[in-house]
Amino acid sequence: MSALAVEAEGLVKTFGSTQALDGIDLQIPQGTVLGLLGPNGAGKTTAVRILSTLLRPDAGWARVAGMDVLTDPHGVRGKIGLSGQYAAVDANLTGFENLYMISRLYGMPRSRARARARALITRFRLDEAAERTAKTYSGGMRRRLDLAGALVANPQVVMLDEPTTGLDPRGRLDTWEVISELVADGAGVLLTTQYLEEADQLADTIAVIDRGRVIARGTSDQLKAQVGGERLEMVLDHAADLPEVAVVLAEIGSGQPTLDAQSRRISIVVDGGAKSLIEALRRLDLQSIPVQDVGLHRPTLDDVFLKLTGHAAESGATP
Amino acid sequence: MTAVATSVLRDSSIITWRNLLNIRRIPDLLLGATVQPIMFVLLFAYVFAGSLGGAAYREFLIGGIFAQTVAFNAAFTTMGLANDLHKGIIDRFRSLPISRLAVILGRTTSDLAVNAITLVVMSLTGLLVGWRIHSGFASAAAGYLMLLLFAFAMSWVGALVGLLCRTVEVAQSAGLIWLFPLTFISSAFVPTGNMPGVLKVAAEWNPVTAVADASRELFANTVPATFPPPGGWPGEHSVLYAVLSSVAIIAVFAPLTVVRYRRVARR
Ligand SMILES: Nc1ncnc2c1ncn2[C@@H]1O[C@H](COP(=O)(O)OP(=O)(O)O)[C@@H](O)[C@H]1O
Ligand SMILES: [Mg+2]
Repeated sequence: MSALAVEAEGLVKTFGSTQALDGIDLQIPQGTVLGLLGPNGAGKTTAVRILSTLLRPDAGWARVAGMDVLTDPHGVRGKIGLSGQYAAVDANLTGFENLYMISRLYGMPRSRARARARALITRFRLDEAAERTAKTYSGGMRRRLDLAGALVANPQVVMLDEPTTGLDPRGRLDTWEVISELVADGAGVLLTTQYLEEADQLADTIAVIDRGRVIARGTSDQLKAQVGGERLEMVLDHAADLPEVAVVLAEIGSGQPTLDAQSRRISIVVDGGAKSLIEALRRLDLQSIPVQDVGLHRPTLDDVFLKLTGHAAESGATP
Repeated sequence: MTAVATSVLRDSSIITWRNLLNIRRIPDLLLGATVQPIMFVLLFAYVFAGSLGGAAYREFLIGGIFAQTVAFNAAFTTMGLANDLHKGIIDRFRSLPISRLAVILGRTTSDLAVNAITLVVMSLTGLLVGWRIHSGFASAAAGYLMLLLFAFAMSWVGALVGLLCRTVEVAQSAGLIWLFPLTFISSAFVPTGNMPGVLKVAAEWNPVTAVADASRELFANTVPATFPPPGGWPGEHSVLYAVLSSVAIIAVFAPLTVVRYRRVARR
């Protein structure tokens, strides 16, 4: 038995003249989350489709839950739960019926399928909506129902393709909570996302992909170190204070602060997040230096891409 | 082997259940599948019958409309699969550990149920315009079974068309267009004997002709005296040919459809 939930090497997939995947290697230990981070068109969905046996790669191999996706796709399907990029729920069935159907298709007898569907309905807080057809659901509810569908058989490996895209902040938080629970249950999770923040929040390791290639991988801390972490930015009341503040910030952050006298703006890369911000404010307060505005700016996907590839993330969408 | 067969039947019956729920919740679907045949019966019965043989033509006609309507069942299957494909439901099914056959078998089975309903509605409409079953119970039952077998066969062709279409819109027209020549170049509405050369041969060997003639034969319906008798080998063995061609259609299209299902990707 391999302790790897997912193991893939050299995955290549071409659609006509589009190279969707250009040799991707992935490893996800059981009980961890791999965040596959990349802009639109990077190849995330293609990778998920290959690993979930919906698509055959042109080259390369992959094992999921210890089974080969090419030689034993049926075996793989028995061990995975997939929630695709677009929620695949049957709009004319109720939430309960959707989950009951999937439970039955996983081979559960009627009574067990009913019990499983009810348990999932409650776990995903769909109780009030359970008997309504899914077409009456909000986007967030549909997504939760789809996620629940992926978890029917307590899969060993879960693949979630952009589970929060298109959700409002509340729906996003809900979904994050569910994903954290999954990992606590010991599943290996492949999560694709366009948001660095999401990968940061949920993933143990992150693989950044662009144009079908992994261009960086590591923990979110390692990536941030590469990209430059968060920036602490301040606007002062008096430009005259800038040199003094620069000395303070240089001690708290890493590298030299950048400053702009005209807008009285100064910023520096910090590792400590909110702690660094509080520390900076405390010291400036001790020295009675007034601050007009202060903020922490996390690096966005754009920052990551700009840094790693030299081009903005959006340009990845049109190969 | 039997274990595989059992699980295919089990899974496809679950999918049949799901499809029938869908049909119940969108009554428009069933309405379309019943109103159109009723309209055809009434239009042909009253517009054409006057010049084509009156009451005798009306009885002749019903067998043809039965054949035509169950052939159009194929379009129902096409649309059902195209919709599931478009909505990503097929992706969900394909990620489950179920047989590839189960999803399509579930669809062709639920469409068979729709056809049974359609046949009941049409039979009632037929009775209204003067159509009668003159044969015995066994023969009449054989007639309906033969129609359902052909409906099931056509459903597999429709399934392949649905899986070949890139979008629901394409499926909407592609699913229907081939059915018009198929059902009109046949004895469904007029006898094949009066058609010009090539068309006549095509019509004689068209399974729709066999199904229409076989249903007239099994229900012992009248044929207008002026109509030439069905020609060619199929014309003389319409029941046998209707059954054989249905079985042949399933034997060819079921494997093709399953192969296509394996490769089908959304978008
Ligand atoms: N079935 C397909 N046919 C043609 N091109 C495709 C197909 N699927 C994906 N592509 C192309 O492959 C590239 C990667 O797509 P995808 O894996 O969907 O990226 P992502 O999920 O990261 O947005 C894109 O350029 C996309 O247009
Ligand atoms: Mg995608």
